[in-house]
Amino acid sequence: MAGRIFLKGNEAIAHGALAAGCKCFFGYPITPQNDIPEFMSSAICKAGGQFVQAESEVAAANMLLGAAAAGVRAMTSSSSPGMSLKQEAISYMAGSDLPGVIVNINRGGPGLGDIGPSQGDYFQSVKGGGHGDYRTLVLAPATCQEAYDLTRLAFDLAYTYRNPVLILGDAILGQMKEPVTPAKPRKENPKEAQDWCLTGAKGRPTRLLKSLFLDDGALAGQNLRLKAKYEKMKAEIRYEAFACDDAELVVVAFGTIGRIAKSAVRALRAKGRKVGLFRPITLFPFPSAALAALAAKGKRFLTIEHNLGQMVEDVRLAVLPAADSDFFSVLPGNMPIPDDFEKPILASLKGAAKKTGAPGKATKKAAKPTPAKAAAATKKTPAAAKIRGKAAPTAKKPAAKGKKG
Amino acid sequence: MYQDVIIAGFGGQGVLLIGNLLAYAGMHAGLNVTYIPVYGVEMRGGTANCTVVLSSEEIGSPIIHSPRSTIVLNRPSLDKFQPRLRDGGVQVVNTSLIDPSLIEKKRVRTVALPCNDIADKLGNPRLVNMVSLGAYVQATGCLPLTTVEKSLTEVISSHYSHLIPKNVEALRAGASEAAKAK
Amino acid sequence: MSEKIVFQKPESVYDRATHYCPGCHHGTIHRLVGEILDEMKLREKTILVSSIGCSVFLYNYLEVDAVEAPHGRAPAVATGVKRARMDKFVFTYQGDGDLASIGMAEIMHAANRGERISVVFVNNTVYGMTGGQMAPTTMEGQKTTTCPSGRCPESHGLPIRMAEIIASLGGVAFCARTAVDTVKNLNQTKKAIRRAFEVQTAGTGFGFVEVLSTCPTNWRMTPLKANERIAAEMIPYFPLGVFKDADAEVCA
Repeated sequence: MAGRIFLKGNEAIAHGALAAGCKCFFGYPITPQNDIPEFMSSAICKAGGQFVQAESEVAAANMLLGAAAAGVRAMTSSSSPGMSLKQEAISYMAGSDLPGVIVNINRGGPGLGDIGPSQGDYFQSVKGGGHGDYRTLVLAPATCQEAYDLTRLAFDLAYTYRNPVLILGDAILGQMKEPVTPAKPRKENPKEAQDWCLTGAKGRPTRLLKSLFLDDGALAGQNLRLKAKYEKMKAEIRYEAFACDDAELVVVAFGTIGRIAKSAVRALRAKGRKVGLFRPITLFPFPSAALAALAAKGKRFLTIEHNLGQMVEDVRLAVLPAADSDFFSVLPGNMPIPDDFEKPILASLKGAAKKTGAPGKATKKAAKPTPAKAAAATKKTPAAAKIRGKAAPTAKKPAAKGKKG
Repeated sequence: MYQDVIIAGFGGQGVLLIGNLLAYAGMHAGLNVTYIPVYGVEMRGGTANCTVVLSSEEIGSPIIHSPRSTIVLNRPSLDKFQPRLRDGGVQVVNTSLIDPSLIEKKRVRTVALPCNDIADKLGNPRLVNMVSLGAYVQATGCLPLTTVEKSLTEVISSHYSHLIPKNVEALRAGASEAAKAK
Repeated sequence: MSEKIVFQKPESVYDRATHYCPGCHHGTIHRLVGEILDEMKLREKTILVSSIGCSVFLYNYLEVDAVEAPHGRAPAVATGVKRARMDKFVFTYQGDGDLASIGMAEIMHAANRGERISVVFVNNTVYGMTGGQMAPTTMEGQKTTTCPSGRCPESHGLPIRMAEIIASLGGVAFCARTAVDTVKNLNQTKKAIRRAFEVQTAGTGFGFVEVLSTCPTNWRMTPLKANERIAAEMIPYFPLGVFKDADAEVCA
């Protein structure tokens, strides 16, 4: 426990970047990620690196592209509206096989939205985001320690795969503070990127980093090569499975919603309910196989997100036809609290029991669906897909006393 | 061990500072801690507040709607958080700014003390927050007061380090007032 | 009998025919850049940031390390490259659509920050690669595919004089406008590009050269007529000259 430092999630990301040997940071102000450029503006210079406050998110992301081409570990950070502007460079980086770390402290949208927490950028993050046929690795920390550790990992992954890596947090993670155990600073690897980066063609043939492939079949070749790379990335899949083994219902949630849901799962476990939590840590590649394995064991699913339902589509793709996923939405502008999750979890649990009869029996049936049943399952509208839409937290009756933790 | 607390008051009463201080003390005591300041739309309505969770186990949600304890330094904070306080929870109430007749009698346990008056007696009205935190630590027994005292250097910049003894005094004054109330 | 070599390709230029149209000035300007890279012995420490437009393929003609930037973003990409590798020589080569329209923010701010990069800006008053559309530098009355009856200042504004704007920014160490339509102007261009490169190697500041150039194809002119248009129409509106040359000592 010794040597822990108390950091905001935003600061943890910045500290993690420095520990990973980040040498260039390109920022632009937007709430709620401002702690990152503010911290970096002095810290990275002290570490012998460079800080630029760019003229726009467009420029900041293109500066990242430039530093990446030079083979230097670099990062940019933003929040949702700014992320839209960064997509141009991210697409070019993906197309040119350039590594870099991009942080999105997600806020509410679309448009200017609000400055509160949200997970509305899930699709943008995991489905490409910019133009063209590409993917980025996406890491979704739930704690400040994870924010620190996953940022360090992000740099390694970026250079391992020569690909942009996204860190997807939200305003809760960015603003909350937790103790973080720092890692030893990374030893520089003088060989990193040396076989492809631009250093001036001294004593070697020239190098060209580009995403333009006009010759016949050239782009198809590049696309296939990228596809093979994305397949390889499956080796990086990470997730947390909490109390899933004997669970009848598995709650699927990522990032801070994942940890808040964990509190609800714990509280319900304490009351003897067989519920578990599955928290994807890599959103791309998505831990589909692990979810499919749970589905094959006959578990039911409830996806909770701070949006109108995005990751739930990937959950359903993973678990169908063996199972389906209910969905519970937390709307932007509402601070999600564990107490709010208990009801929908119980409703799904009940629904799971109702749909399939006795829990034990049901699980076996669901494990081996006939094609007809599978088709029916895909058509079914999730019964418990409800949206929590109250405008602001109102005074509630105090919840019953229950042991937690 | 698990404890969560919402600390609320007017902006400028130093609620975020004592939230940080409590969290640091928890960290130094080897606990898991989370600290989150009020954010976004909730900021409206006259109170600044933060939530601190201390736990010997992994902490799930850093956001708590119905806390096990509160420190309320002004009337709007009492109005907002007293109804949310769990049955049997503990609240520290600053009676310098809050009419004691508003305090729920049976459902929750209250440590009522005139934090402003105590701070004034100590010679610095800005010590209101420290008085309340001292009382809180005493009333809940969540951490040793000395750990809190030792953590003051984390939240008070070295430029103001000469004020630390006075802050310690305020923490202790709050604690002894709370001890009397028991 | 021994040969006396009087003319050969610069080392920094590949021995390769360009894809440019007859009468286009890009090839000439490429060669000047290559000659200067040779003379300043910069080739082996150069990182070229190519832009979008006809000159996107500059990396096929200059034998240097290169990275492709999105449309207009070359100054931002070059900023990233230079900040990552301060010891390298970094330059962009951009056309008027790229630099003065979509990339206006990037060029202004890179210049204003005084990034230690050099920019060769080729102004031919038209979007060449996409088929001759109106550019921010298209002359009043000039016909293009998106202003078929000629650029009308009432609805399209007047052509933008970039060199004058760039010269007004603090971080700029050298800024000039030149042309390559005559031998004299060509020599001036070479001098100017050299200075724009020197202010970078000296660490003085941002270097910028606007070169007036032809686009016979999209101007619907013969190469000869196009070349004549430089002096007849362009130079009167886009005056040649050095707009800023900060003394190294003063600026540093």
